[in-house]
Amino acid sequence: MQSIVEFKNIFKSYPGVIANDNVTFNIKEQSIHAILGENGAGKSTLVKILYGHVKPDSGEILINSDLAIINSPSTAKNLGINMVFQHFSLFESLTVAENLILGMNENIPLNKLKDKSKTICDKYGFNLNLNSPISSLSVGQRQSVEIVRSLLNNPKILIMDEPTSVLTPDEISKLFKIIKNLVKDGLTVIFISHKLEEIINLSDYVTIMRNGKVVSTISTQNEDPETLGYKMLGYKVPKAKQVSEINFSQEIFSIKNLSTQSKDPFTINLNKIDLNLKKGQIFGIAGVAGNGQKELMEILLNENDYEFSGDIFFKDLNINNLSTFQRKSLSISYVTEERLGHSAVPEMSLSENIFLSMNHKNEFKKGDFINFEKINSFASDVIKNFNVDTPSYNVKAGKLSGGNLQKFIIGREIMSNPELLILSQPTWGIDAGSEAFIKKTIVELSQKGVSIIIISHDLDELLEVCHKISVLYEGSLSNPLSVENINITKLGKYMGGLFD
Amino acid sequence: MVYLIRVQLREDYSNLIFYLSPLVAVALTLFFGSFIFLILDLSPIESFKIFFISPISNSYGISELFVKATPLAIIALGLSYCFKNNIYNIGAEGQLTMGAIFGGGIGLLFNDSTSVFLLPLMILFGSIGGAFWATIPAILKIKFNTNEILTSLMLTYVSLFILDYFVVGPWKDPAGYGLPKSMPFPDAGRLPVLFDGLRVHIGVYFAIIICFVTYIVYNKTLFGFKLKVSGLSSKASQYAGFKYKNLIFYTFIISGACAGLAGLFEVSGPIGLLYRDISPNYGFTAIIVAFLGRLNPIGIVLSSLLIALTYLGAEDAQLFLKIPSAVGFVFQGLVLFFLLGTDFLNKYRVFIK
Repeated sequence: MQSIVEFKNIFKSYPGVIANDNVTFNIKEQSIHAILGENGAGKSTLVKILYGHVKPDSGEILINSDLAIINSPSTAKNLGINMVFQHFSLFESLTVAENLILGMNENIPLNKLKDKSKTICDKYGFNLNLNSPISSLSVGQRQSVEIVRSLLNNPKILIMDEPTSVLTPDEISKLFKIIKNLVKDGLTVIFISHKLEEIINLSDYVTIMRNGKVVSTISTQNEDPETLGYKMLGYKVPKAKQVSEINFSQEIFSIKNLSTQSKDPFTINLNKIDLNLKKGQIFGIAGVAGNGQKELMEILLNENDYEFSGDIFFKDLNINNLSTFQRKSLSISYVTEERLGHSAVPEMSLSENIFLSMNHKNEFKKGDFINFEKINSFASDVIKNFNVDTPSYNVKAGKLSGGNLQKFIIGREIMSNPELLILSQPTWGIDAGSEAFIKKTIVELSQKGVSIIIISHDLDELLEVCHKISVLYEGSLSNPLSVENINITKLGKYMGGLFD
Repeated sequence: MVYLIRVQLREDYSNLIFYLSPLVAVALTLFFGSFIFLILDLSPIESFKIFFISPISNSYGISELFVKATPLAIIALGLSYCFKNNIYNIGAEGQLTMGAIFGGGIGLLFNDSTSVFLLPLMILFGSIGGAFWATIPAILKIKFNTNEILTSLMLTYVSLFILDYFVVGPWKDPAGYGLPKSMPFPDAGRLPVLFDGLRVHIGVYFAIIICFVTYIVYNKTLFGFKLKVSGLSSKASQYAGFKYKNLIFYTFIISGACAGLAGLFEVSGPIGLLYRDISPNYGFTAIIVAFLGRLNPIGIVLSSLLIALTYLGAEDAQLFLKIPSAVGFVFQGLVLFFLLGTDFLNKYRVFIK
């Protein structure tokens, strides 16, 4: 097989970082070629260059051995290159067919397009009703719309950016079947991921990137997740091992029969959620994004007086109507999914960001005045104890890398001595080193008797640190499963909504 | 091919330039302002001399500079509380007018008083009047999420009509030959001047005190911290447990009270009675002063002096160059325009694609 794409010495820098450093490798025609790397390794930049979204500083791309100058996505499409982005660009209120026609370069009547789309759907097994509005579709179906939209352009090369991050295990295996069939029919697929097992299951070749450089391009045949992981990171990641479940007795936190009845079509209504959390227990809430996690977190934080029925108890005290401030004063701490602009203000210094979350504590105040001395020394402690890589507490939070900022935020919340810590996506989008550190910290914290709730899309993470896991599916929460002797098949079924 | 002007957020925009940009804006204003004089067949250098230097070349001029800068600084300091909180109170002119009506009303009510308590009472009621007028847009914003820019602006015109009603109606001076003005305030209700024969009054001290207090509030207190957070990110402010609605209310009250105070100082200081045109748009110009001073208390005091100079320069220009005094407003507008421009270019990169 000959090479369809050749990257030659691609170089791209942004202020302060080199995103792609002399990237050179080939992609064979009719293959599934994975690009593997941590967040920030330069995978996305590279494919955006191929798709004409980003201009490289230097270097060449050859398509079918011819030099290609790709200035814009439309040039890329003319060369037969299409891309399915991680974040969908669909119009919620339009139908599937209407969204499809909006992506077409040529003029084509709607009826003809529907026929064409129908043929593609039938051939590859996409389960789509062309007349449904996008707002009624599941995340997996939305992704199908994006893929069909690309296929309508008769691509030679299809780039998929982290396509599995939003799917259930069942949907992932369906997607993989479709991809394999597409490749059989002549397509070349470039598949971006940081999930090792997926890459081994799906792809023929893998290019491993680290800090903008290509580490190697290899066939996946003789690799297993461990060897591949080592190549991706350059070191072995220690696993945080949760100790087996001890006899938890004292109940700290519980949710009883919590439901919402919002009329907003873009929110998920929660349905009779029950949850019990004991002292020192780590409780994981798993599930694919968009199944009510945002709404549940909203109610747990109570920033906007979100309306709900049911009761929330913290140590026998009903906290339904308590504000965020009052809940924090009761020693409940929160780490939100969004770091910048929610649990930290990027334009403010680390010290000020300490006070952001600690302003309910009298030790940092003298009447109406702020005790900056105390705050600064507290900030120094957080930086020291949680390995935050920063020259000083005067640095603005926005200057820190994702992993460092997350360590700082989690450190801040832990050092506020919470009895209950609620975390949403604690390791999302951060480097593996920080991720391992955070997991270890969470486990140690629970052993000191702190109760923890983790809402996460990352099942592996939950299995690693939690005692119990429940799955959130379309606003309903499954019964909890003990992690100690967990049945993965059952968990997979739960993620697809198969529980009572 | 379609050519588009594109803008892109700069990732590392400069803090230094943020504080220098008022100077850049002033320089650009002077440069482009000189064309106005050229078009009018006047020598720019001579004109600038008349505009910016001759007004403050004697003690009377310097006193006048402070007379104009005092209300501007007091109002702009108050407005900075709102603007820091991303609340756009455009109605300081109305709050100023209400302060003059409330405080001035006290002066007229006790028009034969010689008590030393009369002036403090007028000052108190002046602030209350301004604060009261500011609570209306605040409550509308909190209860109904109305746009405070519109409500506060419209209330300005309402307040001007209320003033009109009083000075042509119940408060008209019976010995005033039918002119729309009130009786003069009693001496006990007049603001003491600092130097005999000059109009500069003790309002200057108030401006300095408000500047100092504001500096402390912004840098040392929980309230200042709340304003900073909520101005930068409303979500982070919720996360911190701050009640945004309370902040809206307090910042409106503070800026209203400051504007009301400035209004009372105008009528009990230089003017001495109530009539129709008590303010040459101080309430609006103070918006420019607040932004030119980068919402920083010390910056505001400095920019109030500069903008006050455009008022004086415009008067001299009318007198000696025979050009309309509206040139002063043109310069104020230019400064604001260039300031917004430099801020935009500092924050975004512009390129043509």
